[in-house]
Amino acid sequence: MGTLEHIIAEHPFCSSFAAEHCKLVAGCARNVRFEAGSYLARENDPADTFFLLRSGKVAIETSSPSGRPLVVGTLGAGDIVGASWLVPPYRWIFDARAAGPVRAIVLDATCMRAKCEADHDLGYAMMKQFVPTVVSRLQAARLQTLDMYGVA
Amino acid sequence: MAFAPAPAPGSFTPSLAKVTAKRSEIGDVVTLDLETPPGSMEHARPGQFNMLYAFGVGEVAISISGNANGRLEHTIRAVGAVSQALADLEPGTSIGIRGPFGAGWPVGTQTDKNKDIVIVAGGLGLAPLRPVVRDILAHRDRYGRVFILVGSRNPEAILYDEELRDWRKRFDLEVEVTVDYAGRGWRGNVGAVTCLIGNAGFDPESSVAMVCGPEIMMRFVAGALVDAGMPDHRIHLSMERNMKCAVGLCGRCQFGPTFICKDGPVMSYDTLRPLLAIGEL
Repeated sequence: MGTLEHIIAEHPFCSSFAAEHCKLVAGCARNVRFEAGSYLARENDPADTFFLLRSGKVAIETSSPSGRPLVVGTLGAGDIVGASWLVPPYRWIFDARAAGPVRAIVLDATCMRAKCEADHDLGYAMMKQFVPTVVSRLQAARLQTLDMYGVA
Repeated sequence: MAFAPAPAPGSFTPSLAKVTAKRSEIGDVVTLDLETPPGSMEHARPGQFNMLYAFGVGEVAISISGNANGRLEHTIRAVGAVSQALADLEPGTSIGIRGPFGAGWPVGTQTDKNKDIVIVAGGLGLAPLRPVVRDILAHRDRYGRVFILVGSRNPEAILYDEELRDWRKRFDLEVEVTVDYAGRGWRGNVGAVTCLIGNAGFDPESSVAMVCGPEIMMRFVAGALVDAGMPDHRIHLSMERNMKCAVGLCGRCQFGPTFICKDGPVMSYDTLRPLLAIGEL
């Protein structure tokens, strides 16, 4: 097994994938590093990638009503960054900024979409991982909007 | 200051307590240090509360947020007439105090011995849990790993930030803080406090959880702990209701078949789960 395949197979997001699926994913992947403050993705840019985080912290940002950057979530090792590549029109909704040095696997979204279309078992495995992640993030985002601590 | 003898626990007669210090915490939150009659508070357990009486204004239930070396601490958010009157007090003034009341956290008992401890606090919910952390640190060998997970609205609203920093420096505590939103200056986590639970790394089979915060937060945190594999009876929540008598007579704090002042405020999730599902309670 190649190094990249091994890293992908070890990543929590892909740990349930069959070996042949890890190999297919690795064909769309490469290792990347980001310095603190650099961007993995920018709002409104084409969502032509997504990331498996290996180390470091990524801040999910948007602009506050005052125009200043507002961090609405952070992600760390073992997390994925980016779900917009799955849904047309394939555009990033938020900025993703490296809050410190970040190591990640970047996946080419066009390549992954093509492989998921060609191999529905891979597509299903991918969806089985993405849907719970997206749902749990939606639930957490709903809790954040409740402003719970305002009445604590 | 000369004190009258302490009334028996559960009495309706307040004792006199002197405000010896006052610290501004965050926003409209202050902590009062109180000097109380000898023998009246030494036995108070983490998680219990006192009824504090602002003379001429009224009485309110406030959790004990510290009780060591003769210093009784109460952290108060000024949200109503009584709590505002208490928050406005200055050192040297006096208040009435009744207590301690209620069931405390299962700390220092056979329930928690050698267990991992998972403390989850939201907003001001850290106040009743701070004595637990201090008690654990005073008897650190009794416990397994200790996780302190804190949620706050934003970085400026984090309670006891200096003490949290001290806890984070220790090698025998695992402390994570998350906020709902933040500017770029914040280097910590951003997200719901429930997100910290799955990544914490405690062993749900041998852990005891103590949770305090807004009720809706505690509901979701308890759900996340159960999802992580922790049994209901080892999850403890500190409930809050308006209290009047504090001894289970007036019924003001009735919560289903229980009285929060007497049966709580700390109760286990196996008791609370069916009650928390009833929105009208």
